Amino acid sequence: MKHLRSFARFWYDFVVGDDWRVAAGVVVALAATWALVHLGVNAWWLPPLAVIALLGLSLRRARR
Amino acid sequence: MSAWVLFGTVFLACMVEAVEALTIILAAGTGRHWGSAVQGTLASVVALAATVAALGPAVDRVPLGTLRLVVGTLLLIFGLQWLRKAVLRAAGLKALHDEDAAYAKELAAARAAATGGRWAVRDWYAFTLSFKGVFLEGLEVVFIVLTFGASQHDLPMAVLGATAAVLAVAGLGLAVRAPLARVPENTMKFAVGTMLTSFGVFWSAEGAGVHWPGSDAALLVLVPAVAVLGLGCVPLLRTAPREELAR
Repeated sequence: MKHLRSFARFWYDFVVGDDWRVAAGVVVALAATWALVHLGVNAWWLPPLAVIALLGLSLRRARR
Repeated sequence: MSAWVLFGTVFLACMVEAVEALTIILAAGTGRHWGSAVQGTLASVVALAATVAALGPAVDRVPLGTLRLVVGTLLLIFGLQWLRKAVLRAAGLKALHDEDAAYAKELAAARAAATGGRWAVRDWYAFTLSFKGVFLEGLEVVFIVLTFGASQHDLPMAVLGATAAVLAVAGLGLAVRAPLARVPENTMKFAVGTMLTSFGVFWSAEGAGVHWPGSDAALLVLVPAVAVLGLGCVPLLRTAPREELAR
């Protein structure tokens, strides 16, 4: 159990890292992109905008 | 993406991981017993090879759209994490990763640990320390190789990039027998974070059904744009007063 927990912890730290809100924001932005595409909008601009917003907000939180 | 861009990206990313693994092996070898540290490293390489053999063919069977969405999402999260850390370090808001300090810490812990061997291993502590270090850093290398290689349908080139990185770091480590503190790790992390974020944006959006203007040429805009974004954040973080940013 201990090994399983530390293995899960390793993957969480590896992928999600210090700011889980970045990971959550990426998932939300891509879900919105997928939804827009299925509504007929070629939303190629949404992921880059999400990157600017998520990085900026995360750096701002870290600076506090 | 050209095969050489794939090679370069995988090479840089894997080099960062290999430097960290080397620090642990050197601490286990110098502080305890070289033979056991080498045994631990070799056992770990075998375990990693088995992992690649098990996961590699499975990744190939996933449809490309799904693969790009999943891999792109992971790369984007992972890349933003690297970029964020590299920007914070460059702005002086986070301590630079110091391989000398990490080495000294591991060495002190290795020297203080109890002695004793098991089976054919003379020093069990040195064996497990190097095994765990190489396996964990190696898993990160495997992740990078599989995601980049599978998304570009060029696993051999990704494997070549990773192998070259590991051999370069191992060669340097053998030559100097000391932690590679002079490797500009933050610059490498910045470059890798930029590449991972750019490819992550590109693949995840394609996986979600987006058609990029200019198709693959969009990457030629995305990569420099992400680099400029990261570089632009560094002076802003350095100069802005904390109260203003905290508002």
